[in-house]
Amino acid sequence: MSYPFEVIPSLRREALMRLISDGKRADGRGLYDYRQIDIKVGLIRTADGSALATIGNTKVIAGVKFELGRPFEDTPGEGNLIVNLETPPLASPTFEPGPPDENAIELARVVDRAIRHSGFIDMSTLSIVQGKSVYALWVDVYVLNHDGNLMDASLLAAVAALATSQVPRSIIDGDIVKLDKSNKVPLTVNMDKMPITTTFNKIGKFILADANVEEEVLSEGRFTVAFSGDDVVSIQKSSGFFTPLEIEDMMTHGLELSKSIRARVVESLGNKPESFII
Amino acid sequence: MGGKSPVPLLVDGKRVDGRSPDDHRPVMMRVGVLPNASGSALVGYGNTVVLAAVYGPREAMPRHIALPDTGVLRVRYHMAPFSTDERKSPAPTRREIEISKVVREALEPVIFLEQFPKSSIDVFLEVLQADGSTRVTSITAASLALADSGIPMRALVVSVSIGKIGNTVVVDLNKLEDNYGDGDMPIAVVYRRSWVTLMQADGSWTVDEVKTGLSLAFKAAEPIYKMERDTLKGRYSEEAISP
Repeated sequence: MSYPFEVIPSLRREALMRLISDGKRADGRGLYDYRQIDIKVGLIRTADGSALATIGNTKVIAGVKFELGRPFEDTPGEGNLIVNLETPPLASPTFEPGPPDENAIELARVVDRAIRHSGFIDMSTLSIVQGKSVYALWVDVYVLNHDGNLMDASLLAAVAALATSQVPRSIIDGDIVKLDKSNKVPLTVNMDKMPITTTFNKIGKFILADANVEEEVLSEGRFTVAFSGDDVVSIQKSSGFFTPLEIEDMMTHGLELSKSIRARVVESLGNKPESFII
Repeated sequence: MGGKSPVPLLVDGKRVDGRSPDDHRPVMMRVGVLPNASGSALVGYGNTVVLAAVYGPREAMPRHIALPDTGVLRVRYHMAPFSTDERKSPAPTRREIEISKVVREALEPVIFLEQFPKSSIDVFLEVLQADGSTRVTSITAASLALADSGIPMRALVVSVSIGKIGNTVVVDLNKLEDNYGDGDMPIAVVYRRSWVTLMQADGSWTVDEVKTGLSLAFKAAEPIYKMERDTLKGRYSEEAISP
């Protein structure tokens, strides 16, 4: 994440670089270890689906809303998926008020593509009247606390919110289509194809997974791979450069990591707190 | 992607425009085409045509974007309203904002930005005619325009798109293949250093297909890299300097 105004004191920077040059990280993790991942679902009563994803100190909440929409011309028999992501100033001293900046837009679009190409949701099940009326699936992702790896946290929040969302039934009355918000059925998703992103950063000659915000400031390159099952469904190289060997390495580690993260998400889908806690 | 193609995209190993899977469309390059710009280039990949202009290094404006120890690179990728079949609204879309970011990040690794503190180098990319692979054509054009401007660079960047039709990995998607193919993977490389400075993918790929795509991208980049070099040399040939 290129938020240039995050500053690390130079002594701290030197200490961190010394650690990394020994293949170590300040918080004791191995290079490919993720921080603790925690997911809570169903916090937001006003949403049709919601989830809070926590990776270490990074917290991201996603809310899903189903509305009526018109299909896009090239997909007359499919619902519309719209992913929006906000980085409000409450989440980090480096965020400023205003419409989504290029970082937020990039995150939203990678989340969108990973979901779209994974087969997790069969968008044709979200058509109501062929060519005329479909469900518009709004996924709004809000960053609440930024401590690095917003990419993976955002995807986890979005996917967990979708997996536990409830679709209001449609009522077709002649030419009029309405949604009955009091009568909902669970959204059908294919859990095996749940997309999972794995994000890596390059510092010196080392590549590490799930960077925290300090590591992101030191990062010379960022790379995200999204997996659905064994397939790569999205790639996004952000800053810096990578060699083909480094890319193969990240794909190999990413595939393994994605499996354990997916399992973690699936087991968390019943984690519905009684009270509102973040 | 998505939907069914009006025509089959691959028949007996030939693509809709008669190319083999690893054939690139003809590449056109011109540099120094805009007198006002510090550097400029016009690049065509088949029917896709992109115009690139570089302004700077110049005082970074607004002032708050300036950095004390390095220059900043700014990139604006934009599609002209007449570049597509249906008129495209000229207002920047989220797609264009994202592409501007990744194109900038594809170029940053090769520019000696640290030589220009407090300054900005501005790259403007205008897609004049779109037939698929516009972001990779833009990167090649931007690299040429930067070199044309004389801004010190570690190397030239070359970019090509890789795609998937069924299970076949192909080079340089046209619009039909982009719209109806099964995967899209734009890649930018620094050919001589084996660096990948842009890589995106969507669709569905096996890990091996991604590796194949990477090596095809380097293979396709070689002649384009040589053409970039020759085009720039041609600009400073004796005939060009004293006609």
